[in-house]
Amino acid sequence: MAVVPMKKITITGMISQRSTILDVLQRLETLHIEDIPGAEDASAVFSTGKTEENQQRLTNCKKDIESLSRALEILDSYAPVKTSMLAGFAGRDRLSVSDFSEKEKKNADTLKAAEDILELEKELITVKAAVPKYENERASLGPWLNFKVPLTFKGTGCTAAFIGSFPELITEENLTKELVGETGIEAVNVDVISSADDLTCLMVVCHKDDASSFDEALRKMNFSRAPQIDDLPLKKDEELVKAIEKAYKDTDSIRVKIASYSDRREDLKFTIDSLSLEYERLSADEQILRSRRTFIVDGYVPSSQVERTEKALEPYDVVIEVQDPTAKDNVPVLLKNNSFAAPVEGVVESYSLPSNGEMDPSMPVAIFYYFMFGMMLSDFAYGLIMTVATGAILAKFKNMEAGMRKTMKMFCYCGIGTMVSGILFGSYFGDAVTVASRMFFDKDVVIKPLYVDPISNSMKVLVFSFAIGIIHLFTGLILNLWQACKQKRYADAIYDSLFWLFLVGGLLLFGLTTDMVINMFPGALTKIPDPLGQVGKVLAIIGAVGILFTGGRESKNWVKRLMKGAYALYNVTGYLSDILSYSRLLALGLATSVISTVFNSMGEMVSAGLLHTNIFGALIGVILFLVIFVIGHGLNFAINALGAYVHANRLQFVEFFGKFYNGGGRKFEPLAVKTKYFKFKED
Amino acid sequence: MGIGTALAVAGAACAALFAGIGSAIGVGRGGQAAAGVVTDDPNKFSQVLILQLLPGTQGIYGLLIAFIALSRMGIMSGTPAELSVGTGLMYLFACAPMAFVGLVSAMQQAKASVASIGLVAKRPDQFGKSMIFPAMVETYAILALLVSILAINGIPA
Repeated sequence: MAVVPMKKITITGMISQRSTILDVLQRLETLHIEDIPGAEDASAVFSTGKTEENQQRLTNCKKDIESLSRALEILDSYAPVKTSMLAGFAGRDRLSVSDFSEKEKKNADTLKAAEDILELEKELITVKAAVPKYENERASLGPWLNFKVPLTFKGTGCTAAFIGSFPELITEENLTKELVGETGIEAVNVDVISSADDLTCLMVVCHKDDASSFDEALRKMNFSRAPQIDDLPLKKDEELVKAIEKAYKDTDSIRVKIASYSDRREDLKFTIDSLSLEYERLSADEQILRSRRTFIVDGYVPSSQVERTEKALEPYDVVIEVQDPTAKDNVPVLLKNNSFAAPVEGVVESYSLPSNGEMDPSMPVAIFYYFMFGMMLSDFAYGLIMTVATGAILAKFKNMEAGMRKTMKMFCYCGIGTMVSGILFGSYFGDAVTVASRMFFDKDVVIKPLYVDPISNSMKVLVFSFAIGIIHLFTGLILNLWQACKQKRYADAIYDSLFWLFLVGGLLLFGLTTDMVINMFPGALTKIPDPLGQVGKVLAIIGAVGILFTGGRESKNWVKRLMKGAYALYNVTGYLSDILSYSRLLALGLATSVISTVFNSMGEMVSAGLLHTNIFGALIGVILFLVIFVIGHGLNFAINALGAYVHANRLQFVEFFGKFYNGGGRKFEPLAVKTKYFKFKED
Repeated sequence: MGIGTALAVAGAACAALFAGIGSAIGVGRGGQAAAGVVTDDPNKFSQVLILQLLPGTQGIYGLLIAFIALSRMGIMSGTPAELSVGTGLMYLFACAPMAFVGLVSAMQQAKASVASIGLVAKRPDQFGKSMIFPAMVETYAILALLVSILAINGIPA
């Protein structure tokens, strides 16, 4: 359990070798680059790389990555690759450095391919968008189909023709009458071409000289002109049908064209990675101070990696200066733990990394986390499933990414914790063993819990949960004590940890000698001998007096100090609620086992009657039982594993960390190979 | 069957009923917020799903209490015991903490969940902390669950 010690490092080198050196450092993944504060203003010689040119390169790089990613997305949607559900665990492929630089030569070509894919997709969208337009046109042409004149027909030498429609049902006679009434001219002919309840298409022919009066009359009557089509409606319609067919054909052929790029998929992935590396390098380059001939990189390297870093930079003309960080430096934090505690580093990190000088709480968290998770899920079979499933995934995917591996390992250990508590409290898919043996073999088999049955004896388990909680809280207080001693803050160690241990511990001891407390938990507690209670009383008084006088020690004024001390003493109620909070260990554990029991007895109710009918009925009975069993336990497992995970976190974050851990550290983020699809093989 | 048994069954039903209603409302609200986040970034699905589900536990606790109560009064095994009005009332009151705290805490937890979903949408790296805010509310549901379990177990048969 440790925070990895860091060294401050300054690398000075020739500017001509800058990008090669950055390349080497990136592959080493050991250097966390830091801005040198104020260096640029203080010096006339050095400047950072934040130039317009560099900015431009960064933007271009990002744009290229985006279009490549988009191209890959398009390719994946038109030429999908089958991936197994477990593919996410597989991790990145490995490439040697020489293969990598060989492949990088193809980048320009791959970028071109990506552009092509994007272009094709654009074309596809245009073609696709045309179809509804054609369909609309066809729909508006529908009523005119048997009209044998082009719709733009304006009339002959002596006549004028108006082709159009009214949004209502209207007959030739009525319209003629109305038109004559409106214009006073009788020489008019109306031909209805098609009519429906809400649309009448027609042609009005009149003498050319009367055209304007008819035009006006028609406009007044809500006449709207027909679509302006030069061709015969029927012919136009055929053209549209053909155009639609062609559009569909084109879409297909473009799809095929896009899919034909599927052999470039790996290239696309590679180029995305290669450009991402460049992007990382460029943004690191920005931070680096440079003069006309030299550059300076400032940063942190883990102490254990200093030698490796120096060795890798040996071939170049650089000066490396290594220093111990001072207390003022905000050193980035990297955690390193053994394989038991490392999996919960993620849990610690999701709270906050230790700040300067603070301890890494991973180890104590790991011990309690696995056990508490187990108590809240509390079923041997569920634990076994978790352990076997995560174990199998871990064994199968050797190449899994580090973060995923940690999570899997964490759940593997949590599974073991669950098995342990399943044995302690006698739960194997709830009471499935009892139910199944009763149903199928007419026997009464009960697997006895190693410790106690939580359903019939919940008081005992409640006290057990509180005991775990008290141990958890005291571990936190003791760690606080230890941490203060290590930082040579002995007074704080006594005032903030020891007094509280005395007070809470003493009160607990004293409580165990009183009838009131014993009777509160019938059958679960035994009275301890009185002398111990007296010891507890004395300890509690020492603690209380101590806190009263030191709780407000930052105030010089004695009255104020005592008032603050009294307020600090009031905090003892906080310990009560902290301890009560651990009752969730019992409650969530009970939830799992009781719901298991519900599903088991549901299965029994449904199928028990069928079993004793005939062979056919028995078969259906067994199948029904299995279906209810699988669905029920699947559901129960999912919901309770979620609960156990959330509340195991909460107990660490709120109750445990509240006693000794603040966090607030910065993560160690080295210049690294942050790729998505490939990573470097160690040469 | 007398009034006593009816009161006891009413108690068990209330635990499942109110806690279930609370969780249904809570998970529904969480789902709306979660769906909004997923429209923007489908990769956050698993994170927001967990946050959506957090107010769902009250319904399960309610089911748990209902089951314990029903099986203690013999309804589950088909041999209901004849209970006095006093005992029936005891069951009713024993189930009350889970019913009411379940209802209200699930709805309040949903508010914290929705806020946390918003937090994850903006700062995905803060998922660990975002889980804790709704979990704080759940504490009270767990305490109510505990009181109900202890009370039901303490009712003389």
